[in-house]
Amino acid sequence: MQYHAFIIKYAEIGIKGKNRYLFEEALVKQMERVLEKCEGEFSIFRVSGRIYLNAKGFDFDETVAALQRVFGITGICPAVCIERDENGKLPDINGLSAEVIKFLDGVYTDKNKTFKIKCRRVDKTYPLDSMEAAAEIGAQVLDAFPEMKVDVRDPQILVSVEIREKVNIYSEIIPGPGGMPIGTSGKACLLLSGGIDSPVAGYMIAKRGAEIEAVYFNAPPYTSERAKQKVIDLAKVIAKYTGKVRLHIINFTDIQMYIYKQCPHDELTIIMRRYMMRIADMIAAQNKCMGLITGESIGQVASQTMESLMATNEVVTDMPVYRPLIAFDKQDIVDISLKIDAYETSILPYEDCCTIFVAKHPVTKPRLEVIRSHEHRLDEKIDELVKTALDTDEILELEV
Amino acid sequence: MEIYLDNSATTKVFGDVSEICVKVMTEDYGNASSMHHKGVVAEKYLKDAADKIAKTLKAKPKEILFTSGGTESDNIAIIGGAKAHHREGKHLITTCIEHPAVLNSMKYLEEQGFEVTYLPVTEEGIIDTDELSSAIREDTILVSIMAVNNEIGSLMPIAEAGRIIHSANPRILFHVDAVQGYGKLNLNPKQLGIDLMSVSGHKIHGPKGIGFLYIKDGIRIVPITYGGGQQGGMRSGTLNIPGIAGLGRAAEESYAGFADKIDKLYILKERLIKGLTEELSDIRINGIDTSDRHISALSDEELSEVIRKTAPHIISVSVKGVRAEVLLHALEDKEIYVSAGSACSSNHPQVSGTLKAICLPKELYDSTVRISMSEFTTDKEIDETVKAFKEIVPMLREFSRR
Repeated sequence: MQYHAFIIKYAEIGIKGKNRYLFEEALVKQMERVLEKCEGEFSIFRVSGRIYLNAKGFDFDETVAALQRVFGITGICPAVCIERDENGKLPDINGLSAEVIKFLDGVYTDKNKTFKIKCRRVDKTYPLDSMEAAAEIGAQVLDAFPEMKVDVRDPQILVSVEIREKVNIYSEIIPGPGGMPIGTSGKACLLLSGGIDSPVAGYMIAKRGAEIEAVYFNAPPYTSERAKQKVIDLAKVIAKYTGKVRLHIINFTDIQMYIYKQCPHDELTIIMRRYMMRIADMIAAQNKCMGLITGESIGQVASQTMESLMATNEVVTDMPVYRPLIAFDKQDIVDISLKIDAYETSILPYEDCCTIFVAKHPVTKPRLEVIRSHEHRLDEKIDELVKTALDTDEILELEV
Repeated sequence: MEIYLDNSATTKVFGDVSEICVKVMTEDYGNASSMHHKGVVAEKYLKDAADKIAKTLKAKPKEILFTSGGTESDNIAIIGGAKAHHREGKHLITTCIEHPAVLNSMKYLEEQGFEVTYLPVTEEGIIDTDELSSAIREDTILVSIMAVNNEIGSLMPIAEAGRIIHSANPRILFHVDAVQGYGKLNLNPKQLGIDLMSVSGHKIHGPKGIGFLYIKDGIRIVPITYGGGQQGGMRSGTLNIPGIAGLGRAAEESYAGFADKIDKLYILKERLIKGLTEELSDIRINGIDTSDRHISALSDEELSEVIRKTAPHIISVSVKGVRAEVLLHALEDKEIYVSAGSACSSNHPQVSGTLKAICLPKELYDSTVRISMSEFTTDKEIDETVKAFKEIVPMLREFSRR
């Protein structure tokens, strides 16, 4: 079937009030971003609460896949468009019925299905009203395909026929990702490791319209260039959905070594994570972010017990910390990771800085006052080390 | 200064090699099977390369089969050899420290109903020839033994193995994986009793994706790929003339001034081993240090003698209390490139068969790096490397996992 257009459906934006145009503009902008990389000629129109995407010379699968990466879209309806003739006339009801029959024949090889024709006559000059047109087209479809049956309550095929400037015929709704368009919520700073969770967390917050700034803590020579490349690749997975992602690569080795020397070994991970949060907090503030994002989930590992979460949360100044996975089971996270195509990269076996010096038995119920007092052993040099880490921040702008 | 000491992974191509490859790709790009002049020119490169390679082996040019490299050569020799002789028996012999290209070919044949004996090795990484003798059965059809182990540089007793195999039964095929040995050893297959021998181009400063299998005249094996019948049907597919021309040139150059080059490599190897053992405590040079022989107890002459019983270019060092990957990255930071002895990570522990087979203590599996030199390696690079180890190792030992 050769389609001419896509009708883009969005849900939540529709209930916005006076700001609605802002959300729609953001959505169009994001569609333009992904379509720029696709083969074909595209033009986008916003008409009375919906978005039309006219397309010529495009690859269907590529285009749909691109649109499925635009947050805000809930449904993508591939449509056939019937243009007016040179006298500005649309086909009469027989012509229209023939087009619908041709459409059904092209899309459905098996006709043994129930259907309903839903007509919307927006152009009031068209001689038949919506109900009459639907009834007439339905009757002609039944003549053409005797094996099809009408079911107006729960049809297997719902054919929409919209009589507007053109006539649009569509029946399929391909699901979009949902959420809100990027650029409608501000920016947040994602603590990105090489694991499965953090890219999913970033994806989920981005899906609510937030732009993403990401931070990675690198620990050469304990972690390899491949581990760093893996994180860059994961940031690019997110960038497929959000557009450009800025990734800060912080050299964390000296801080980690200093903690290792000065503090009890079983508290290394928790103190290390407190410094990661502090540094991410500073980067977020410098880059106009309105929150931190982590992939933490209660109880998943020793550093994510409720006690540990309190300990890492304590050092954040006034940024909210978004933890979209906090109540997720691992399998649920893996499912999303697979869906967004991050999983294959996430499971590459390179060590990250969280695993290199991990104690055999790290504390699972850290007591805040103990952690605080042990942290004082770092007073002499830690500020200097943090400053150096921030000053040597390597920033990559990643785009797909 | 970049110091590349991972020459057993791959090597830099000789200048002459890249030159001839470019010339073949851009000027003499004909298909050797074409009837016209362009094809004739291409075929000349093929003949010329086979001549050059044959010369290094004291073999005949028609005994050289061009392949895509070591893996394919091993596959053709072992699978093609076993399939051609399966009526005479279904028993094969190899060692437990072979390259995966050999071991996995054997595994495939086991699935096809063949039986395989895996010979153990000593702490020095060599087989006991008595065990080889007693492993040979009436239904043994093929024996595959590597010339040089890729991880620790041990030298297998190929000549003796050849004698044992063929005096037991002259019909048994003797295959040698010489990927790490060609260019570093004088290999005369006829003298050594070798029937099949695998060689890879990129380990001898030639291009990647090209290699050859020596097939002794009169030895029958069957092809494992099928197509247009090139190379007498043994390996179909349009000939990779740029690679073949480059390989020929690399082979010739590897054996030019051979004795001096090898002597220089042994001197460097000795310098490196002495440097490391003098500067660092708790290290083990694999294949040389064993449970009842320690380098520190050897005189200079004794050490030199022991080293010359190993390959000239490979040194395997286990550094107690240091993770190989971390050491590798710390050296990398100084632009010194080595490889980890055993690909090991927290998520996917994968212990090398060789290190296990030489009875390396378990705690050293993940603390082993391989240093592999080439004819371009210099004294100064070796000294810099020793210096780097001396700086890095104590620092890394301070921060080991507690």
